[in-house]
Amino acid sequence: MKKLFVFLFAGFVAASAVAQEAPDVLIKKVTDEVLEIVRSDKDIQNGNTQKVIDLVDKKVLPHFNFQHMTALAVGKDWRKASAQQQQQLTAEFKTLLVRTYANALTGYKNQKVVYKPFKMAPGETDVLVRTEVLQPGSKPVQLDYSLEKLDAGWKVYDMTVAGISLVTNYRDQFAQEVRNGGVDGLIATISAKNKSLESNQGKVDKK
Amino acid sequence: MNRIFAATDAKISNWLIGALFALSAGMGVADENPRDPYEGFNRAMYSVNDALDRAAIKPVAKAYDAALPLPVRAGVGNFFGNTGDLWIGINDVMQGKLADAGIDAARLLVNSTLGIFGLFDVASEMGLEKHEEDFGQTMAVWGVPSGPYLFWPFIGPRTVRDTAGWLGDTFVDPVWSVRTRTAAVRNSLVVTRYVDVRASLLPADKVVEEGALDKYAYIRDAYLQRRRNQIFDGRPPRLDD
Repeated sequence: MKKLFVFLFAGFVAASAVAQEAPDVLIKKVTDEVLEIVRSDKDIQNGNTQKVIDLVDKKVLPHFNFQHMTALAVGKDWRKASAQQQQQLTAEFKTLLVRTYANALTGYKNQKVVYKPFKMAPGETDVLVRTEVLQPGSKPVQLDYSLEKLDAGWKVYDMTVAGISLVTNYRDQFAQEVRNGGVDGLIATISAKNKSLESNQGKVDKK
Repeated sequence: MNRIFAATDAKISNWLIGALFALSAGMGVADENPRDPYEGFNRAMYSVNDALDRAAIKPVAKAYDAALPLPVRAGVGNFFGNTGDLWIGINDVMQGKLADAGIDAARLLVNSTLGIFGLFDVASEMGLEKHEEDFGQTMAVWGVPSGPYLFWPFIGPRTVRDTAGWLGDTFVDPVWSVRTRTAAVRNSLVVTRYVDVRASLLPADKVVEEGALDKYAYIRDAYLQRRRNQIFDGRPPRLDD
């Protein structure tokens, strides 16, 4: 009986460990997995953006909380937006960020990612995982991820490159658009930007 | 004579500033951004710089990037990096970061000798990490306020504090103080370094081009965030959302 108990307990601990993977472990696992694919895929190395976008969609995005990211990027005006507008904004901003991020991945060649030591107090729900990208002939680039603990596990809500947040760097631009054309104006602007990027990509891929 | 020039200069600059303010008012920048009070002037300068970059600087940087194999480019970057390590160390001393200054001094020693005049960054291989310091950061640590954001032709974004810092950095810059009879060596070193730095920014161009709704604002905000990060050595305190 006692044995069974211990066994059950061990099983429970193992299961919860899988469900709530530590944030630094998660970042390392996803990064290594994605870079391994990029490294072995000729199409991606030749700049096939759509293929990278699909890869990011499948492997990376499940670990991101885009709603939170968009709220951070929009700032004060987020509360002015209706639930539907928030949804549209999140969808458009996601498309924009994924494309920009995916393009950075196609440029990936000889870089190496180093993971900085990570410590977390028990019960912490908001953490920073620090990494560094090394490339021959240039200075290492700091790449940090902010994660929050949700019921579904740890999710990334911000990324900073050399101290520049890919999310909050949009705040002034978004606020400007909202001043000019309201929340709908902002949605329309990002949507138009996404469409023009998409049609450009079509041209490049055909070449 | 000097006085006359000064007076004319003042007149011209008054006129210029007046014209630019009129321009910015005409462009309808009504509610000003507290982080960028001279936005009208800056946007005008940004356009000038962007045109210059497209016409001349970027094509040269691209050709340079395409012509030099990676090890050579790395050597050029390392060489200029090494010439900067002494001043970086002095700035670390001025900021009270003596341990970092010791590492900078060791880097300079190792790279100038084992690294053959700085062409190879042997120190980094040995675990002596390169630091990013300049006089603008030192002034920030001393408590000098950043002042408004400005955009300059050629050197690009700088706050007032960073503009003063840049002047200080240039004044003691070993590359600028190379003395030769014709100054040709110095000039070609300065130009090579400029092109090398521009070439290293080529990948970032694409991100700005694709990611930004407004390139001017994107670059401004990225600059301000990056400087804050440098001043706090990569660990800036969190801002309230």
